[in-house]
Amino acid sequence: MYVAVKGGERAIENAHAWLAEERRGDTSVAELSLAQIREQLSLAVNRVMAEGSLYDPDLAALAIKQARGDLIEAIFLIRAYRTTLPRFGASRAVDTGAMACDRRISATFKDAPGGQVLGPTFDYTHRLLDFKLAAEGEVPPAPQAAPRGEPTPHITEFLGQEGLIQPEPESEAAPRDLTREPLEFPADRALRLQSLARGDEGFVLGMAYSTQRGYARNHAFVGELRIGRVAVEMDIPELGFAIEIGEVELTECETVNQFKGSKTEPPQFTRGYGLVFGQSERKAISMALVDRALRWQELGEDFLGAAAQDEEFVLSHCDNIQATGFLEHIKLPHYVDFQSELELVRKLRREAEERIAHREAAE
Amino acid sequence: MTPLLQVRDIEKRYGARIGCTDVSFDLYPGEVMGIVGESGSGKSTLLNCLAGHLAPDAGRVIFDTRHMGPVDTVTMSEPERRMLSRTDWAFVHQHARDGLRMSVSAGGNIGERLMAVGDRHYGRIRAAALDWLGRVEIDGARIDDRPSAFSGGMQQRLQIARNLVTGPRLVFMDEPTGGLDVSVQARLLDLLRGLVRRMGLSAIIVTHDLAVVRLLADRLMVMKDGRVVESGLTDQVLDDPQHGYTQLLVSSVLQV
Amino acid sequence: MTEQAYNFAYLDEQTKRMIRRAILKALAVPGYQVPFASREMPMPYGWGTGGVQVSAATLTPEDRLKVIDQGADDTTNAVSIRKFFERTAGVATTEATQEATVIQTRHRIPEAELTEDQILVYQVPIPEPLRFLEPRETETRKMHSLQEYGLMHVKLYEDISQHGAISTAYAYPVRVAGRYVMDPSPIPKFDNPKMEMAAIQLFGAGREQRIYAVPPHTRVVSLDFEDYPFEATRADHVCDLCGAADSYLDEVIMDDAGGRMFVCSDTDYCHTRREAVA
Repeated sequence: MYVAVKGGERAIENAHAWLAEERRGDTSVAELSLAQIREQLSLAVNRVMAEGSLYDPDLAALAIKQARGDLIEAIFLIRAYRTTLPRFGASRAVDTGAMACDRRISATFKDAPGGQVLGPTFDYTHRLLDFKLAAEGEVPPAPQAAPRGEPTPHITEFLGQEGLIQPEPESEAAPRDLTREPLEFPADRALRLQSLARGDEGFVLGMAYSTQRGYARNHAFVGELRIGRVAVEMDIPELGFAIEIGEVELTECETVNQFKGSKTEPPQFTRGYGLVFGQSERKAISMALVDRALRWQELGEDFLGAAAQDEEFVLSHCDNIQATGFLEHIKLPHYVDFQSELELVRKLRREAEERIAHREAAE
Repeated sequence: MTPLLQVRDIEKRYGARIGCTDVSFDLYPGEVMGIVGESGSGKSTLLNCLAGHLAPDAGRVIFDTRHMGPVDTVTMSEPERRMLSRTDWAFVHQHARDGLRMSVSAGGNIGERLMAVGDRHYGRIRAAALDWLGRVEIDGARIDDRPSAFSGGMQQRLQIARNLVTGPRLVFMDEPTGGLDVSVQARLLDLLRGLVRRMGLSAIIVTHDLAVVRLLADRLMVMKDGRVVESGLTDQVLDDPQHGYTQLLVSSVLQV
Repeated sequence: MTEQAYNFAYLDEQTKRMIRRAILKALAVPGYQVPFASREMPMPYGWGTGGVQVSAATLTPEDRLKVIDQGADDTTNAVSIRKFFERTAGVATTEATQEATVIQTRHRIPEAELTEDQILVYQVPIPEPLRFLEPRETETRKMHSLQEYGLMHVKLYEDISQHGAISTAYAYPVRVAGRYVMDPSPIPKFDNPKMEMAAIQLFGAGREQRIYAVPPHTRVVSLDFEDYPFEATRADHVCDLCGAADSYLDEVIMDDAGGRMFVCSDTDYCHTRREAVA
């Protein structure tokens, strides 16, 4: 005699217990501390902060630990946490021109005020496994230079002085907020940039790469890539002025792209823009390329049918939390739907068989 | 008699470049107007402005509607214009792919306009689809096949059937024979001529092929650099061209 | 998670007010998809975040909540969502359809007739019934506003021409109050006729950021052709447990030889009938 399955609750509890055990792994191996993750897996921490849209290295480290190193799962934990936080207000726009740069490079000028500063980059390392690291990771201190006193100017300012690059209109209008309003199309640039900033690194990279391979190619140069810390300031109404509430590390990329001139303007370079929490330069460059591809309409370019030009396609699919949730939901039971299909197929088969039998009888 | 379509001073610019300008004409019921010119002459821009696919920068396109009489379709609301384009208007694209749903069967393609205007009887829709397949000389046994399985000529005939099934009063055609083999073109032209005559269709046909207008069009407009340089009865324009450009067009055909 | 750290029913009051405004608008325009600023929830998108947010905005401390998935109270996702509200809202829960004031469901409408004191909250994966015919939101929105629904019938036409019958078995599109074409969520078409009911029906799509609704006693018509009318079908069996001949049945494979039995998908309905006999 069949008894309808009970015990879903027990099964869930047991699965959770097992998961916790697997997360911990072999207990004879020392447990990871959050400080270790934060300090030694800092690029993973950066990615979780960027796509989780929450700047808090300690929480990101906790999420990575809890997620067993699955970064999308960790991003998910951060997103679910941040959505419950009260919102006190909005900061002023950060001034990346005043950034204390750890890294600052330009692919368009050999040198410029502020210089080319490589910073802590993988760029020129040989990708050889360093077996010494398997034994011990002690490193001698890196040489130090005197910090630059004055701010490092943006490369695009130099182009702007000659009118060679399209100026971006300044606006005091508060942009729409993706985390507080539904995403509706058409989306303006501010909304697109928000969406890309927290979009999946792999997805945005793939889209950017496709533009380079000819699907809406926009001839991008990395005008400038800079990584460093900027102050976050907030206006306090009771005080009547802004105070600094902290610092965040950011990666900013401005690409310089060509275009042929429009109805009203002589030829000028145009730009794509990327800004991401932490040291996340692959993401920042990708974001700038995709931003530029999505601007085809305002810049009077043709729609070439490329995915990276298609705002709805890009923005609807770049969020990995939405994507992974929906993808994984097909694991959930669909008995009812499947049952209705089963009945239908049986009925259609029955009718088809009857038709065939009928025809054969007639012959 | 009220013209079916009155076109007044249509202009479309792309920045400083002229798409088409200063175009005016009347089209009477049952009349077929041909628009010829080489590529870049503005004939496709004009057609798209007339059919509501492009918003002209200036001018009026006044259509004699069934219920409200003559109405300017440029300023009419989008719902009204969309309604027109699925009832009284039809548009035959040069590439059948642009005018067909490639993932829907031939029958579904023909039936779509009927369903869009509220037909809810499967048997009746299917009968109409079969009837129209016959009229455009496609074997009725192919009714459940997708157009991707059809030859180029068949796809174009299917597109025509899909457009004409609701008995539109005005058909826009953009190079309807373009991209087809010569023998296939001839058959399609024959078919189109038969349909135009039998149904008393009013049509505006854009083409660079003078043979097409010779066969189908009552009147002709010749376009160059976005302007109409000559117009008149088809035979008159082709046999006794006045404008130098038209003479060139006609003579280049004769040399072929 | 420390329960004290969260507001009643997880979401903060501001968010709930925003969702309630969307719900009211949805009720005012039956079948119309109201965009809302869906929040990240601690469960994944596609697992009921829309339904959970609608439930969270709807629940009051006095409510009695029932959660079902595939008609059953004991499927894992139903258990998980019920526990979530037990922890974050502390509301009473029940498996009895008649006792519940709010019922969150995935893929089914309960067999027992619902009353005007009840709210049925559906979890919705894809709210746009035109999505698979026309992928662009900007275009489908226009189609809705202009009532250009011909394409929907092209789909049904294709079904009949290819299979001899309309082969949409679940998520069968309906027209609400003679205006908007609506996706009823992936309920089997057997459930479609029940949608003309006394209870309030709310639909939440979290990932797609849409809420829509069917007010009580609203006309809900399943799309069809005059000569191929809509049919609400079920397995041609009776429930092997309670003998019901009018309920939607799940098919259960019993053994390696492929032996099967049919049981009510609505576990409470089945249970109640068996109790009554005993």
